[in-house]
Amino acid sequence: MASGPESAGGASRWASRGAIDAVVGTVAFAVGAIVVFDSMSMGAGWANGSPQPGYFPLRIGAIICLAATSIVVRAVLRARRGDGIFVRWSQLRRVLAVFGPMLAYILAIAWLGIYVASALFVAGFMRVAGRYGWAKSLVVGAAAGAVLFWLFEIQFLVPLPKGPLEGWLGY
Amino acid sequence: MDQAALLFHGFSVALTGYNVWLMLAGILLGVLVGVLPGLGAPNGVAILLPLTFTMPPTSAVIMLSCMYWGALFGGAITSILFNIPGEPSSVATTFDGYPLAQKGRAAEALTSAFTGSFIGAFVGILLITFLAPVVAKFALEFGPPEFFAVYLLTFCSFIGIGKDPADKTILAMMLGFGMAAVGMDTMSGLLRLTFGSPALMQGIDFLVVVIGLFGIGEILVTMEEGLHFEGKSARINPRVVLQTWAKLPRYWVTLVRSAAIGCWMGITPGGATAASFMGYGLAKRFSRDPDEFGKGQMEGVLAPETAAHASGTSALLPMLVLGIPGSATAAVLLGGLMIWGLEPGPLLFQQQPDFVWGLIASMYLGNIAGLIVVLSTVPLFAAILRIPFSIVAPLIIVVCAVGAYTVHNSMFDVWLMALFGGVGYFFKKLDYPLAPLVLSLVLGDKAEDAFRQTMLGSKGSLAIFWSNPLVGSITTVALVLLCWPLAASLWRRSRLARRVGIPAGAAGDGGTTA
Repeated sequence: MASGPESAGGASRWASRGAIDAVVGTVAFAVGAIVVFDSMSMGAGWANGSPQPGYFPLRIGAIICLAATSIVVRAVLRARRGDGIFVRWSQLRRVLAVFGPMLAYILAIAWLGIYVASALFVAGFMRVAGRYGWAKSLVVGAAAGAVLFWLFEIQFLVPLPKGPLEGWLGY
Repeated sequence: MDQAALLFHGFSVALTGYNVWLMLAGILLGVLVGVLPGLGAPNGVAILLPLTFTMPPTSAVIMLSCMYWGALFGGAITSILFNIPGEPSSVATTFDGYPLAQKGRAAEALTSAFTGSFIGAFVGILLITFLAPVVAKFALEFGPPEFFAVYLLTFCSFIGIGKDPADKTILAMMLGFGMAAVGMDTMSGLLRLTFGSPALMQGIDFLVVVIGLFGIGEILVTMEEGLHFEGKSARINPRVVLQTWAKLPRYWVTLVRSAAIGCWMGITPGGATAASFMGYGLAKRFSRDPDEFGKGQMEGVLAPETAAHASGTSALLPMLVLGIPGSATAAVLLGGLMIWGLEPGPLLFQQQPDFVWGLIASMYLGNIAGLIVVLSTVPLFAAILRIPFSIVAPLIIVVCAVGAYTVHNSMFDVWLMALFGGVGYFFKKLDYPLAPLVLSLVLGDKAEDAFRQTMLGSKGSLAIFWSNPLVGSITTVALVLLCWPLAASLWRRSRLARRVGIPAGAAGDGGTTA
């Protein structure tokens, strides 16, 4: 979901609420349309005296499209009068500073296992966002990974994704 | 008395060592979850739920419901000491709680908040104890049309009572139904909305959605402001507690009024947040000196907390009796019931008395234990809040990721959680209500089954929803609630247009927020 900030003069750029409202409404409309088309292809009427699988979803999809249309229309009407700020660029940067690393963390789970990835994620976040020293960050990160390992692998016996380090340690 | 005997049996179920231990663990985790921004009762319960799959259902529900009470208690701590509502339902508590803390009366404010919560919850539990079995007996007569009509009433009352724009409420709700339809169709066995993806064949799990929307979404919204917590410190000693309690009888009207509002808003899905605002608003209106509100009035802390807790507790009544949860957390608990293999609804009272009465007894015990725990551990939780957010935020994300993964042991769910985190961020900022989405996602399949069975019986005629007085009146009330916002806004516009003399279309659109 892109939310390009609209230029409103130099440093304090921001995205308008109406614009984002309209974009989200449009995406929702597309979702509704997908539901409608999928239900139609499945059969959304009656067959052999009972409703077909698409009967209920078709109606759900149609209502999504109607509600989304109403939202977009209201948003466009409001945007013309110029309404509030959805997010400032400086705020969005902070949000992305969490969201981006989180995606990297989830990607890393597949390669490193969840324990090592979590330790690195906590340490990295503390180092970059919290400006802690490397030593402190790594200690807290490693502790978080170790507690997680103890809790799930040893206490609850719930298998979480493991990577090369755990394999090397014999788990 | 019948109920009393059943309740005593319930106490004997709840008072085993194992269950009491789980109760305390649940309360402590709940307070923690309620205190930390980004972790609330719905996603706290959702994260813990997969770990309870192997427990006996009664123990599991005791732990998770105690977590819910703990979170309700915990929300007040951050509101009063930090002016940051840890839960949406404790926003109204900040109005007078934080000013009290600034005046150095934090301990008094906390004591009144906790005691108010406790009284509210207690009234809610009494209501459940005596009303639930009666309603359950009544609901035994329900067939598919009645059940669908009650579902319809639940969803329409979100639109009619909720303060969010009607089109956004409808959209959120329908997205939930749409997601519930993903995967195998329960009646025909055909795959719906999977687009050939094997990962989607299992369907979209509501737990993953809750963790994403409420957990990750909340973190993203919180990060915008780049948090710097500045809190007041508090230590509660028994003397302050007793002094505060001595003042309570003075406010009995407020307590009774708030508890009543809370119970009503909990049974109808108005929600704890709306209840707390209403409790606060009415206390202010009926007060002899309303100008003192907002400056640190004890009544201003008691009123919203009592209402919020009464509402949170009585939200379990429709969940147990009809299988219709009155709040997002109750929806997650309901999903848990189905995972543990229990069929929520009126039959639960007949077939699983141990479970039902064990749960109800644990509510009494859990709230008493909760009151003692929070009164004694405030300094500890206030200290946790002083941990910088740059450490807490990644830890919360890790906990959410682990929680999402353990639902089905699948990485796909973790990605889904991230996606819904993004969705939650936009929805929260644009005033889309999240509770109806969760509710319809949990209830989607059951509502659809009820609808299709009804249609099967009536050969597709909608007249069956008016075929007897019971189902007819429920359906009619539902439709009135559905049309309520539309009628109200049309009426407002026409009045405005007449007064100002401009065409109705150009007059301000209803339901926008400041």
